Amino acid sequence: MVEVSHLTKKYGDFTAVSDLSFTIEDGLIYGFLGPNGAGKSTTMNIMTGCLSATEGEVVIDGHDIFEDAKEAKKCIGYLPEIPPLYPDLTPVEYLEFVARAKGVKAKDLDEQIADVMEQTGLTVYANRLIKNLSKGYKQRVGIAQAIIGYPSLIILDEPTVGLDPKQIIEIRNLIKNLGKKHTVVLSSHILSEVQAICDRVMIISRGKMVAFDAPDNLESLMMGEASIEVKANCGRDVIEPVIAKMDFVTGYDITEENGTCTATLRTAETDRQKVQGDMFRIFGENAVPVFQMTPVKASLEDVFVELTVGSSEAYEAEMEAEKEEEAEE
Amino acid sequence: MITVMRHELNMQDRSFSTYLFGFFLLETVGIAAMIYNINNKLANFEYCLSTISLVFVLIIPIITMKSIAEERKLRTDQLLYSLPLSMWDIVLGKFFATLVNFMLPIVFVAVYPILFKRYGNVYLLTSYGSLIAFIFLGAALIAVGMFISSLTENQGIAAGISAVVIALNYYSMDLANYTSSTKQGSLIVLILFALIAGVIVWRLTKTALGGIIAAAVLAGAAGIVYAIKSDLFEGLVPKVMSRLSLFNRFYAFVNGNFDVTAIVYYISVTVFFLFLCVQSLEKRRYN
Repeated sequence: MVEVSHLTKKYGDFTAVSDLSFTIEDGLIYGFLGPNGAGKSTTMNIMTGCLSATEGEVVIDGHDIFEDAKEAKKCIGYLPEIPPLYPDLTPVEYLEFVARAKGVKAKDLDEQIADVMEQTGLTVYANRLIKNLSKGYKQRVGIAQAIIGYPSLIILDEPTVGLDPKQIIEIRNLIKNLGKKHTVVLSSHILSEVQAICDRVMIISRGKMVAFDAPDNLESLMMGEASIEVKANCGRDVIEPVIAKMDFVTGYDITEENGTCTATLRTAETDRQKVQGDMFRIFGENAVPVFQMTPVKASLEDVFVELTVGSSEAYEAEMEAEKEEEAEE
Repeated sequence: MITVMRHELNMQDRSFSTYLFGFFLLETVGIAAMIYNINNKLANFEYCLSTISLVFVLIIPIITMKSIAEERKLRTDQLLYSLPLSMWDIVLGKFFATLVNFMLPIVFVAVYPILFKRYGNVYLLTSYGSLIAFIFLGAALIAVGMFISSLTENQGIAAGISAVVIALNYYSMDLANYTSSTKQGSLIVLILFALIAGVIVWRLTKTALGGIIAAAVLAGAAGIVYAIKSDLFEGLVPKVMSRLSLFNRFYAFVNGNFDVTAIVYYISVTVFFLFLCVQSLEKRRYN
């Protein structure tokens, strides 16, 4: 379990991470989401002891990362943004060094290296120099390095960047498998990725946490007012009076094109299925030729844009205000 | 530490620069031995070592330039930081691995006096005493080179600075003759150093006030000492420069005097620069 409290990191006047607090529970996959420069890597670097914090603390399994660094680091496997590889070593030699440094016993060494390479699909390239491996395989060596020694917490900074689609799927499956035995924290600016593999999503913007919840909850967060899109093979004049009869519809927009009209109906009702059933019945009774009905679901993307754009606009306004103040002085 | 050392040896043994280092060391010792001991029929192997000690200017940068600069460039320093290793584990592991690679060619060199002994009256004690001092001198210079390598991520710059620093140290005895030996000259030099120290404090702590205070305190102390007992400042700069010379102490061994204080001095310099190296690594996490 990891507890991060009031973490702040300043570079001179620039605040990269500001008063960040969260708790990571065992056995889940966490996703750090945020636009470039939001403070994801900085937070991860602090959590793994690669960087000091200006304020705040990080406690990993009861060990403070700054005070009790050696013990805390034994619980962590970390893949930084750029995989830290020695190009002149082979994956086996490289993993041997990392395993020894993590305190893996000599008798378990060979078995563990073989197992980790099997998991990451590196066995074929075990004895090739790292500098001769493709980018995807280098990334795998980086991930293998993080999992060796079987630490309870695995932190991966943008593990799928620069991989081809097939490799991305393979790495995602690997991470899902890791999530069965370890706690995994990964960062990404790709939403679909986080949505696909994470149990919890943490959205960071300008060094501040703007949301922290399960992906589904974040989506429903946005659905205060649900909307349903209806397509019908008729004119606006036919559908409009029928919509007026639906008392549960709070508002609507209609567009007409080539004899087909598309209506987006909004409702405050929470029972979506009932709403759609009622709608379908009323359209049927009034002989409106509806051929498609789709509930419009807010995607994580909308949540993300809403939250991060909002905060960056607020930030810009703040900066603007500060500038004005300075000008007045 | 053993883990880092083993890893570092593995890395260095497939690096071209390690072999280049061994080649230069053996080649210069070989040529010197040929000229002094074989052609000129001198029985003193130690002269060989004292003549070639200038080769350190070339070979120490070769063997130390990559040490930490390369880790920074490859971003593998992040791996080292995230592993359960202390900074001392890392620095000592690297230092001892480099020392081993420095000693390997020395093992060949160590055979020379015994070989020469068969053909003449070689002073074995002086020869091996000098060789031991040569190793300690090398260790101190390796520590200096490692520290310089920890300051940059460009190994070329690290090599250049190391070469300049070692060359300055080599010639510091000669240079000392050109510096001012008057009281006033010493005071000016000390005040300059106080200002430099102030700038370093300012850069490290990023507080201009701290830098000014540090410079003022040091310069003030120098001024007070000057006012009370100005005789202390007579010839201070050349004296300090010759004291700081690592090479000057080596010549005592060559002259047949096994100077224990010099060995202690070499060890102190080694520990001091390894300590600075640890601080430099620690500091990088704090910027």
